[in-house]
Amino acid sequence: MNQAISVDRLVKCYPKAKSNAVDGVSFIVPRGEIFGLLGPNGAGKTTIIGVLTTAVLPTSGSAAVAGHDVTRDQIRVKQRIAVVPQQNNLDRSLRVREILTFHAAYHGVSKRERDALADSLLKELGLYDRQMDKVARYSGGMAQRVMIARALMHEPEVLFLDEPTNNLDPQSRLFLWDRIQALNGRGLTILLTTHDMHEADRLCQKIAIMDHGKILVNDTPAELKKLIPGGNALELQVEAGEAERRELLRRLEALPSVTKVEEVAPSETDDDLSSCRLYSVQAGSLVGSAAQAAIEAGVRIRDISVRNATLEEVFIYLTGRHLR
Amino acid sequence: MSSPALSLSSAASRLEASRLSLALNAFQAILHRDLVITGRELVQFLLQAMIQPLFFLFIFGKVLPGIGLAAGGFAALLLPGIVSLSAMMAAIQGVTLPLVLDLGFAREIDDRLLAPLPVWAVAAEKVLFGTFRGAFAAACIFPMAVLILGPAFSVRTDRIGMLVLMVLLTGATGATIGMLIGTIVRAEFISLMFALIFTPLIFTGCTYYPWAALARIRWFQILTLANPLTYCSEGLRYSMVKSAGSGGWPTLDIRVVIAALLVGIGACFYGGLRTFKKRVVN
Repeated sequence: MNQAISVDRLVKCYPKAKSNAVDGVSFIVPRGEIFGLLGPNGAGKTTIIGVLTTAVLPTSGSAAVAGHDVTRDQIRVKQRIAVVPQQNNLDRSLRVREILTFHAAYHGVSKRERDALADSLLKELGLYDRQMDKVARYSGGMAQRVMIARALMHEPEVLFLDEPTNNLDPQSRLFLWDRIQALNGRGLTILLTTHDMHEADRLCQKIAIMDHGKILVNDTPAELKKLIPGGNALELQVEAGEAERRELLRRLEALPSVTKVEEVAPSETDDDLSSCRLYSVQAGSLVGSAAQAAIEAGVRIRDISVRNATLEEVFIYLTGRHLR
Repeated sequence: MSSPALSLSSAASRLEASRLSLALNAFQAILHRDLVITGRELVQFLLQAMIQPLFFLFIFGKVLPGIGLAAGGFAALLLPGIVSLSAMMAAIQGVTLPLVLDLGFAREIDDRLLAPLPVWAVAAEKVLFGTFRGAFAAACIFPMAVLILGPAFSVRTDRIGMLVLMVLLTGATGATIGMLIGTIVRAEFISLMFALIFTPLIFTGCTYYPWAALARIRWFQILTLANPLTYCSEGLRYSMVKSAGSGGWPTLDIRVVIAALLVGIGACFYGGLRTFKKRVVN
């Protein structure tokens, strides 16, 4: 079984809702992958996590985690997954250390093992000195770390992170990114939802962008960025007179695979300085020929740079700008 | 991240464990959690569960008979009612209040719902815990009654088995009612519900009078049959009161009592489980 998660034509319609929260979604996450679900608020990301973690019953379609159907074999699914939710749902009646050890006990980890594991996780996540506190005294970032430690106490195969870095300070965010990558390095499959494009780009091997309950695209970050027409560009800043500049534009337009060349507003401080932008899916490989064209046109190059599309541009391109 | 100290074999053996053994283990661990938390709040729990019975026993069992406003045998008839009420209250509170927290905004129950056991078993654990809590409160009444009532303390010893059964059934009745309240009523209305439910429950539950004595007020006697506490009090009266010296009041037929309580427990658990599932699974 090489699939950690498989979702097939999943539909979820909440009672009294006008439209489906999840509307025929299918995807597969192979073992060992970090898979990102991106989408605006209300796109259906959290519902998908709910179905995969047995908290939401699908209306139709099917889903399996580690080969076990999420509606028919919930015990086996729950045994293999861990969830770090958006909101702090830590057990406030227990001390922090007990939150970890009881969680492990629920999953059948022996006392000796859970004590050892709690020690190592508490030390590693910087919580050891305050392990006997109750969670009410913890900051948001610390509570987040407790939820991560708790998730790891029974050695899950698949970890679900629902907007894990929402409301975290930059230090905690960087710390969490490092943890996620380290855990994935140990073979853990991770499904995360996020609004943070930088986070998705940095962590995920595959990304599905969702809107209105449907997956719009599902690919690697690099492939997704190619979706924006002429999303990659080469920018040239040159010193040239009027005639040379026109000659340069003509030569650039003639280059292979170029979809468009445009002149960017000339510098206000220096009349001779101007910039032009050349769009092509292979912008990076055109640096040599563009430089050659500039020399042949008789202009002096001041700067030449490649600009890649960001995931954010892809996201907005696919889901639009309107507020949710 | 440094690798944890777990040996692969134990993690692998957990994966091979049967669903039943996983679920039983999780159930027992969740029950352990509840016991640990209660143990930590034992003094609070005892104060909460004992203050009311203490005053009832003192005023109704000692003072009123002492000044001639109640008959001498009243304490013996009153004690089963007090045991019944205390067990029922402790059980209801032991399920309702934690449930309101668990299902509240923070959803603290999620971690237990994600443990490898069926959702209904998480609810069943709460009922079992509530039953224990009720039984423990009932057990605490006896030494207190000996101290307060002195020579008036009188409990028959030939029906101890039935007494234990009745205490457990009373606890289970309270626990399932608690589950129903805790899953239906929203947090902000809980104190209102306690006032609205508990006051009629206490005073129509045959706690302070034997059911047979209500024959003179027939409509009220029939009304009390709608209160589960009536069956608990009468069942305990049957198990505790010596027939001589109690005014000779017969109790409700013990078979009717047991049947009514089993039906009540079944119905409340069924209803409570339905609302519980609605709250935790979408």
